[in-house]
Amino acid sequence: MDFKNRDIISINDFSKEELLHILKAARQMEQKPNGSLLRGKLLAALFFEPSTRTRLSFISAMEQLGGKVIGFSTASVTSIQKGESLWDTIKMTSRYSDVIVIRNPLEGSARLAAEAADVPVINGGDGSNQHPTQTMLDLYTIQKAKGKLENLHIGFVGDLKYGRTVHSLAMAMSHFSPTLYFIAPDELQMPESYLDELFQKRVKYFKTSDLGRFSKELDVLYVTRIQKERFPDPVEYGKFKGIYRVDMEFLKNVKKDMKIMHALPRVDEIDKSVDATEHAAYFEQAANGIPIRKALLSLVLGKLK
Amino acid sequence: MARRKAKRKNKQEKIRPKRIDANAARQDPKKELKISAIGEGTVIDHIPTDATFKVAEILGLESHNGVVSIATSLQSKSIGKKGIVKVAGKSLTQEEVNKISIVAPNATVNIIKNYAVREKIKVKSPEVIDNVVKCSNPVCITNNEKIPTKFFVVRKDPLKIKCHYCERSMGKEDIEII
Repeated sequence: MDFKNRDIISINDFSKEELLHILKAARQMEQKPNGSLLRGKLLAALFFEPSTRTRLSFISAMEQLGGKVIGFSTASVTSIQKGESLWDTIKMTSRYSDVIVIRNPLEGSARLAAEAADVPVINGGDGSNQHPTQTMLDLYTIQKAKGKLENLHIGFVGDLKYGRTVHSLAMAMSHFSPTLYFIAPDELQMPESYLDELFQKRVKYFKTSDLGRFSKELDVLYVTRIQKERFPDPVEYGKFKGIYRVDMEFLKNVKKDMKIMHALPRVDEIDKSVDATEHAAYFEQAANGIPIRKALLSLVLGKLK
Repeated sequence: MARRKAKRKNKQEKIRPKRIDANAARQDPKKELKISAIGEGTVIDHIPTDATFKVAEILGLESHNGVVSIATSLQSKSIGKKGIVKVAGKSLTQEEVNKISIVAPNATVNIIKNYAVREKIKVKSPEVIDNVVKCSNPVCITNNEKIPTKFFVVRKDPLKIKCHYCERSMGKEDIEII
């Protein structure tokens, strides 16, 4: 399987086999670190909006493999402020680097960047559309924690309407015959378009607003933050804030090996006391960003098959 | 020769003006409306009635210099209510015809010369729609940077298209022509 010069734009661009190949490469990165694999290679990290985990883990991954990084972490320092188009910015940057990571709030910006660039482009998040490397590290976390991806019972709780991580992970999991549980109030439930797609793919799913209802069934619970910035009306936000809370009381009724995931940052949806339990997988999940991004950088630069 | 003439006559009859069902028109012939036949041009028939004006919009007929006749809510045995657009002095190309497939996939397009059907063009639904439709997502890159739009046809009936860039799906009701 050759990923050389391949763009990583949307999770929907990848087959089951390709996803498994990437996870295998990530495992290889973790087991046999090679500090000089990307020596002489330059990554352009173009972050047009703030990001902590994604930006730092890409920089860390590149530098741990012996590569170097250029870039910016806010659009205000770029020529975009002077009216330069994204197309031109990318065209120019691709002459300065061997690979580009882009985060931009406009949806579809990464796809456009890939069309403009002469080097591979990795999407670090384009608005509420796609964040494929997050989905890949989520898959990697599940595979590592559960030892498999097939036939798992996975719950998603919180803001399922706007949460792109949930949408992408549900789509990616559809390759692996899962049973999915969408736990949210009606106003924040999984959008019909995704449910329609899951139905087409014959994925079994349940919808509920009660966190406790399927707690005994779950192998994994993916918790999301109710995002304040999504609500124009603070009263509306107040209605849903703190509606679900994963705490020690909840954990009394779950499988012993049930794992809790969260893309972070969290507010109060997971109680701190849960961190010390065997269920907590969210810091491990954040750490898995490194091997996944190392694998992707090495694959698209042709240094790993 | 005689047979050819007869055949031509038949074709002529097919494009004769048809009666429009303007609700009570059947009961009261005085209220009937008619669209005259055209000598040269294009007749687009079997348009779903609610898509008739969209067809005219897609083809940019508001700036056409010749006569354009538009009729909606006509009775059709095959599709219930239909619309017809007649464009005098303009022969549509296959490429133009394919553009209307987004809203009228089963339309029949007749190219008229000297009051007779010279050519029938079949509407072909494209897999990809280039630079015809505007993305309904305000934060899509195509609405913020000057680039051509591109959509993939996910489903033909009922129509569902997906933006190549922001991946937002749209139905027929969301379609806005560029």
